[in-house]
Amino acid sequence: MNRIQEKLNEDKKLLSIYFTAGYPEINDTVSIIESLEEAGVDMIEVGLPFSDPLADGPTIQESSTAALHNGMHTELLFEQLRDIRKTVNIPLIVMGYFNPMLQYGVEAFCKKCHEIGIDGIIMPDLPLDVFQEEYEAIYKKYGLINVFLITPQTSEERIREIDEVSDGFIYMVSSASTTGAKSGFGDEQKAYFDRIASLNLKNPQIVGFGISNSNTFQAATEKAKGAIIGSAFIKYLTQNGTENIQSFVENILD
Amino acid sequence: MSYHANEKGYYGEFGGAFIPEMLYPNCEELRQNYLKIMAEPSFTEEFHQLLKDYVGRPTPLYFAERLSEKYQTKIYLKREDLCHTGAHKVNNTIGQILMAKKLGKNRIIAETGAGQHGVATATVCALMGIECVVYMGEIDIARQAPNVARMKMLGAEVRAAKSGSRTLKDATNEAIRDWINNPVDTHYIIGSVVGPHPYPDMVARFQSVISEEIKWQLKEKEGRENPDYVVACVGGGSNAAGAYFHYLDEPKVGIIAVEAAGKGIDTGESAATSALGKVGIIHGSKTLLMQTQDGQITEPYSISAGLDYPGVGPMHAHLFRSGRGEFISITDDEAMTAGLEVSQLEGIIPAIETSHAFAIFDYKKFEKEDVVVINLSGRGDKDLQTYIDYFKL
Ligand SMILES: Cc1ncc(COP(=O)(O)O)c(C=O)c1O
Repeated sequence: MNRIQEKLNEDKKLLSIYFTAGYPEINDTVSIIESLEEAGVDMIEVGLPFSDPLADGPTIQESSTAALHNGMHTELLFEQLRDIRKTVNIPLIVMGYFNPMLQYGVEAFCKKCHEIGIDGIIMPDLPLDVFQEEYEAIYKKYGLINVFLITPQTSEERIREIDEVSDGFIYMVSSASTTGAKSGFGDEQKAYFDRIASLNLKNPQIVGFGISNSNTFQAATEKAKGAIIGSAFIKYLTQNGTENIQSFVENILD
Repeated sequence: MSYHANEKGYYGEFGGAFIPEMLYPNCEELRQNYLKIMAEPSFTEEFHQLLKDYVGRPTPLYFAERLSEKYQTKIYLKREDLCHTGAHKVNNTIGQILMAKKLGKNRIIAETGAGQHGVATATVCALMGIECVVYMGEIDIARQAPNVARMKMLGAEVRAAKSGSRTLKDATNEAIRDWINNPVDTHYIIGSVVGPHPYPDMVARFQSVISEEIKWQLKEKEGRENPDYVVACVGGGSNAAGAYFHYLDEPKVGIIAVEAAGKGIDTGESAATSALGKVGIIHGSKTLLMQTQDGQITEPYSISAGLDYPGVGPMHAHLFRSGRGEFISITDDEAMTAGLEVSQLEGIIPAIETSHAFAIFDYKKFEKEDVVVINLSGRGDKDLQTYIDYFKL
């Protein structure tokens, strides 16, 4: 069983953290991952920076630009992560945009992830139909879980289709927005969370976008299996550096 | 074999919709409806009425006698520069604003580089009384001040794209992000045959009025519908798509696409996507684009803001790869010289984008009897400052 699936079987709400590899400093990748695990985070999304991150708001855009400026690139990220499984046990997911993966070669990329011990991939701009037609078999061959997104606008029919193709969790985007754009959840989100919960999907859902503190974490995980924090963590790194990651996580889980 | 899009929006291996799920409902709504709406009599009637009475169509097909004499071939100019707002861009914005109305949208967003598409969008929004937000790179705002003022005067809000390289590609990113944040009430009017399916096909269809007219106009003048060559400059490729559209599947009509080489293909300051690009994903479309080995999209360069785009529409990527189209790249200097020449031989000051198309004669020789149609995509008013600076006028 894949580490993601094992983690999803644990009887607790999961906290997943996204960060952009190569930010704030080029060689922070491994220490950030280790600190997050130590602090009690359940899962990590390692962001492979892209020049044109369409689905991201200013915070992640800026961290991506800075990371690229620092010299981050696909091969370097893989090198940095080469020995990560000697020290880290929680699931690791690579998140990015499809073009860098396509240039690396989809099969080569998956093979490398497998060798390192990456458990899953999130490529928001790799569409469902193309994934199924061209890449699903490759992901399977290397034991990688592909994570799809749904939004409040996604039709039930499509959610069921996505549920069928998924074999880990569904990334539930909390509102119609880019990352970091909205904070706090209103009635609309609550209704959406309830609606999705009532669908009884086979894959658990993890909520992302708009989660920044313990309150929003609680609200997001009332029905869902877990929540993902991205922009708020990046902001924290920008302000505080990598020294005190523990306290950021404590504040959320508190 | 057809060079048009198939039902999934692919031109050969190029096209498709590589979009995050947040955009799926928006694009899907459009995909399911665009052909149906475009076939509705009430739509076509209003579209053609506006093209006639508001845009000023049909635009003339003009035999350029002195230019023909100089290059010893028969050169016709398709006068898109005479369209209202000064370029072909308005053919598409008229079509898309009517589409937006049919879809019940009450807010329009657009991206713009030089400001031509922004002005054409602001214009149709004023015409229809619909709210309009135009994203424009911070750098372009500074260098295209007159068009920024025109958009404002037309009632549009111009928002500066401050991310990335702060030019057209980033303005497009910002418009897409706006659409993600406003999925229900907003329609995104893309300015060229780029972006996710169905945009390339929809925009090509709206621009296809160009070749539709060329056909009957040429029949009147030359007794035949088909020229030997159609020539157009390619930024994203919308004026070219319109000029080629009804000739794509006529193998006897040569298709010539002219790209901006900037300071030269090997200088690192160029926008010649067919020469420098590799297959990848940009703005939701699989196409040729300029990128690093690592798949990061790079910044193009051209003296003409309208050709300063690191990708090219999937139709053109396919025309290039399949060999159906002949691609020529023209430097800043060659384009500027050609623009001056057309001004003085024909009394027409072309947009600098279009000037690139007039510079092909050193690279491509035509027979004396050949009929060559050059799509004169826009007029040079907007570029006067660049011409002034370049020629020290
Ligand atoms: C006059 C003119 N021609 C050509 C272009 C390039 O766009 P496209 O390749 O979509 O026709 C522009 C874009 O601003 C333009 O203003």
